[in-house]
Amino acid sequence: MLNTLRRLGPPLLLLAPSLILVGVFVYGLIAANFSTSFRDDHTAATATGQEPAAFVWFTNYLDLLASEDFQHSLMNLVLYTVVFLAGTMVMGFLWAWMLEKPVKGEGLFRSVYLFPMAVSFVASGVVWRWLLNSNQDEQASGLNRLFQMVGLDALQNNWWNNVTFGIIAIAIPAIWQLSGYVMALFLAGFRGIPNELREAARMDGASEWKLYRHVLFPQLSPVALSALIIIGHMSLKAFDLIMSISKPANYQTKVPAVDMFVFKSSFDYANAAAVGSILLIIVALVIVPYLIRTNREEKR
Amino acid sequence: MTAAADQLAAPRVRRDPPRPTSKDRYALSRTLKYAGLIFFLVVVLIPVYVLLVTSFKGTGDADPSRAWALPEVWTLDNWVTAWTALSPAILRSVAVVVPSAIIAAFLGSLNGFVLARWSFRGADLVFTLILFGMFIPYQAVMIPLNQLILDLGIPTGVPTLIMLHVVYGIPITTLIFRNYYMTVPHELIEAGRVDGAGMLRTYWSIVLPLSVPSFVVVLIWQFTSAWNDFLFAVFFSSSQNGPVTVALNNLANGALLQNYGVSMAGALFASLPTLLVYIVLGKYFVGGLMSGSVKG
Repeated sequence: MLNTLRRLGPPLLLLAPSLILVGVFVYGLIAANFSTSFRDDHTAATATGQEPAAFVWFTNYLDLLASEDFQHSLMNLVLYTVVFLAGTMVMGFLWAWMLEKPVKGEGLFRSVYLFPMAVSFVASGVVWRWLLNSNQDEQASGLNRLFQMVGLDALQNNWWNNVTFGIIAIAIPAIWQLSGYVMALFLAGFRGIPNELREAARMDGASEWKLYRHVLFPQLSPVALSALIIIGHMSLKAFDLIMSISKPANYQTKVPAVDMFVFKSSFDYANAAAVGSILLIIVALVIVPYLIRTNREEKR
Repeated sequence: MTAAADQLAAPRVRRDPPRPTSKDRYALSRTLKYAGLIFFLVVVLIPVYVLLVTSFKGTGDADPSRAWALPEVWTLDNWVTAWTALSPAILRSVAVVVPSAIIAAFLGSLNGFVLARWSFRGADLVFTLILFGMFIPYQAVMIPLNQLILDLGIPTGVPTLIMLHVVYGIPITTLIFRNYYMTVPHELIEAGRVDGAGMLRTYWSIVLPLSVPSFVVVLIWQFTSAWNDFLFAVFFSSSQNGPVTVALNNLANGALLQNYGVSMAGALFASLPTLLVYIVLGKYFVGGLMSGSVKG
């Protein structure tokens, strides 16, 4: 008994502050959030405890999922995620592929491609709000004006003001901001492939395409998975850019995280909590298998 | 992590160019590649051009037909206005970011050391449970968090934000340090154990001095993400007591008449600290990014 305490005591003591903080602020609050989301807590009076809020189980979730308004948010989230993922993966891979072999000025290209990552979404949103201005023809500024200047008038559009696809316009700055990150991941992946592997494949007379298909792609797939997970979970939390470019009350570009903010602002705590929990469940479905897999691989 | 950053630099040994079937074809593909690289360079820099040009324009330059042109009259008015509006918030951002980065880094280093080198049964599970905190959408804790902060009586603004960035920074800092300590040779720590040094002594005299590079990576990471945070800031502060992201958002969206010149100058002020860190300490910045990918 004393021995166990001696062995386990010091590590647990050092971990204790963090374990308590994470326990309370992550797991404790998640539990509390579920509890709020099961209540009939929709007004300032119930939020402040002046009126009791009845326990209603999944009613809030069912109402949310049935409402056309929230379905629109979910649809936007799907569109945004697909475009954001595809955009960053394609651009990131392309840049890494171009920079993988020694290139003059590599450092400059790499630094410029990656720099948007250092800027906040709020700050870049200020500029992108100007670029994605929906005015056209005579009144056009931003990208629409640029399209006119280079003779691509047909590309003019109303960007995030489109009701169905407006959210895709918000994915453009997100792609601008995170492609460099995906590039850095792929570049590290490329550089981690031993040269002998390529040499051996070339010796065997493999064509450039076959080299990629059978040697390089399989080696890069763990990196690609990491990139997908990181970008994917970022995109599910999309909030800052939308707040900065359109506005929280904007129907065209709203996603669950924005709904949550709007519910919270109007003291509809139950629905805010329910939206938060829905997001958590979506993220967990992606992240938990990934964490378990990583954990298992490390043990090997 | 720093190893990952080093991997990004071109290898010393130059690889042979892929055997060109003919010299011409090789030259053509190289030209195409440079054309592509330069094209994307220009595309990525478009927002920078827009920001700079617009921020120096006066109200006389507002006509949309001159949107992409250089200013007719260069003026610093926007810069002065933006600085006056944002400087108090920038100071508050510093007050939030510096202490929270240091505390979170220190806690992460303790956890990382224990989990990597003094492991006990269930250490992996504890690590995974901590790590999960890094991925959760904070929307899923916001409502009860709001109540908890009210109950604890912590004032909104700087004090609340310091606490939140420490707490929610623990998972990533733990991850980076744990991965780093995994690479520290066992013998170094075992030597300490044999000498009868306790865990704290081992940490203090052997591990901590070895951790300087990781501390740089973690501090930069925490600094950048806390500086750029908007979510916690918008829930737990106002433009009167909040950090620069909230003040900038108010400056850009609050005014009746949108003045892009001022908000763009403000956007640059708000981004300068993280941009400077990126430019000066780029290698470590990339190191932090790499370690965000769980495997480190």
